[in-house]
Amino acid sequence: MLAAKNLIIDIPERSSGTPLSFEIKPGETWGVLGPNGAGKTTLLHTLAGLRKPRSGSVELAGKNIQQLRRKQVAQQLAVVFQNNGEGFPATVLETAMIGRHPFISPWDIESAEDLAIARGALQKLELADLEHRLISTLSGGERQRLAIATALSQTPKLWLADEPTNHLDLKHQVQIMELLAEQATANCGIVLCLHDLNLAAQWCDKILLLYPNGDACWGDADTMLATPALEKLYNQPLRSIVSDGQHYFIPLSSRNSGL
Amino acid sequence: MAAVKTSRGAVPHFILPLSVLALLTLATLALAITTGSVSISNTELWQVLSGGGEPLHRTLVFELRLPRALSAFGAGGLLAVAGALMQVLLRNPLADPYILGLSGGAAVGALTSMLLGLSAAAVSGSAFIGAMVSAVTVFGLAHGTGSWTPTRLLLTGVVIASGWGAAITFMLAVSPSDQLPGMLYWLMGDLAYARSPWPALIVLGLISIIMLPLGRSLNVLARGQMQAAALGVSVRALEWTIYIAASLLTAFAVVTAGSIGFVGLIVPHMLRLVLGNDQRLILPAAALAGGALLTLADTLARTLIAPEQLPAGVITALIGVPTFLYLLHRSR
Repeated sequence: MLAAKNLIIDIPERSSGTPLSFEIKPGETWGVLGPNGAGKTTLLHTLAGLRKPRSGSVELAGKNIQQLRRKQVAQQLAVVFQNNGEGFPATVLETAMIGRHPFISPWDIESAEDLAIARGALQKLELADLEHRLISTLSGGERQRLAIATALSQTPKLWLADEPTNHLDLKHQVQIMELLAEQATANCGIVLCLHDLNLAAQWCDKILLLYPNGDACWGDADTMLATPALEKLYNQPLRSIVSDGQHYFIPLSSRNSGL
Repeated sequence: MAAVKTSRGAVPHFILPLSVLALLTLATLALAITTGSVSISNTELWQVLSGGGEPLHRTLVFELRLPRALSAFGAGGLLAVAGALMQVLLRNPLADPYILGLSGGAAVGALTSMLLGLSAAAVSGSAFIGAMVSAVTVFGLAHGTGSWTPTRLLLTGVVIASGWGAAITFMLAVSPSDQLPGMLYWLMGDLAYARSPWPALIVLGLISIIMLPLGRSLNVLARGQMQAAALGVSVRALEWTIYIAASLLTAFAVVTAGSIGFVGLIVPHMLRLVLGNDQRLILPAAALAGGALLTLADTLARTLIAPEQLPAGVITALIGVPTFLYLLHRSR
């Protein structure tokens, strides 16, 4: 569905590193892991066609995404950004409604169906009661859920989400991951930039490790999430625990390394 | 309920505010036509408009007051729409049409023509050229290496504007004293020299129609460039369109009425506070409200201390400064 072909993302003053070649197939959930500044966000934006790659290409359904019209891309692919603060005052419902923008022709206005989709998305993210509130009055977690509701009302085939669990409490983290898993079951392709190794281990089928020098490797989650590789990735000692057949990673510090 | 209610939701929500503003516009136009050294009663106005009435009244209405009132309406509408567009372009609710130095460029052009003793038409022409030179310079410089952000555009505009400011001060300093009043009136914005209202009205109508189908894209752009691109907006093309449209609107406004302040800043800002942030409503509302405000300001300007006339820009600033400070204070 979305394929990277010898892709090198453009991060100024960094060597090119490993060219990326992979395909995100319908139903797959990909987790992109890496330390701060490794280029996770840049990779996500490049996959969305919002940034030009240094070389190589991104193909959406077989066509170079840079050559597609933005509107065509937006009808298939939604991006959840990390910062959702910018912009003019707007209400929660108005914000969810802009997810319908790619589907409405310039001379037309939002239909009852568009409104129903946006309301449904707000309902799903437990924001229905807030629909008249201004975004500026929302908490960080509510804004994050609104960003996901906006993407949901875009009814995408592909989700590219930059730390979708940012600012969320535990219950809402689980809720968001379940929602994304539901989307994957409905044959959507999902790419998530994550900081939480345990979320990655629990919810992702495929993992891409991105190193600060531009090197990268990717593959099935079971094989990629090995403690030595992750310790090297973050330059941080880790302990792995297995509970109920599920791997958990705990970062070690001088305080808990004696455990 | 915000902008959407029924199946064809947005439209009914737009009709009420726009009707109110249209009525307000008609009222200010009627006031402008009937007030002055010779006042015209409503019955007399009706006679004149229906083709009868006294010849003096006919001359007053059709040759003096109506063209001037329509010029004021046109210029005010142009400035308010330009301001609303600049605010979306710069993602800054406090931007105004002059923030990128357009009025400075126009003023340098106009003052140069005045210094050279050229005709009124040449003054208008060179004001237009000055505004366009400024627009192209700012956009070219801000564009520079290819990456441009609202902040970069804003900084370039502000620096260019202060450059024009220095040039204006210099020109005023070296001008012969008999030319100074005319120059100062032009700088403050004055409709006494406005001739045909048609260029302003036609440009206002044309650009409003061009912007109509872009309204929803403007709403999305107001959320930021990245978000807009992710939602299918061709950001670069849209920003170019907004910039060119706002520049043309401002240039025609300045040519019609000099550099009238505050209409382009406070009108869209006030409308946003009352009507919300849907540009499909804000743009036509700004055209009407901006036009009505300047028509009213100009009527006050020529009647407050009659027979002396004040520049209309003084009145808009007198209304604008306290209103704006109040809004700013309240928005915290």
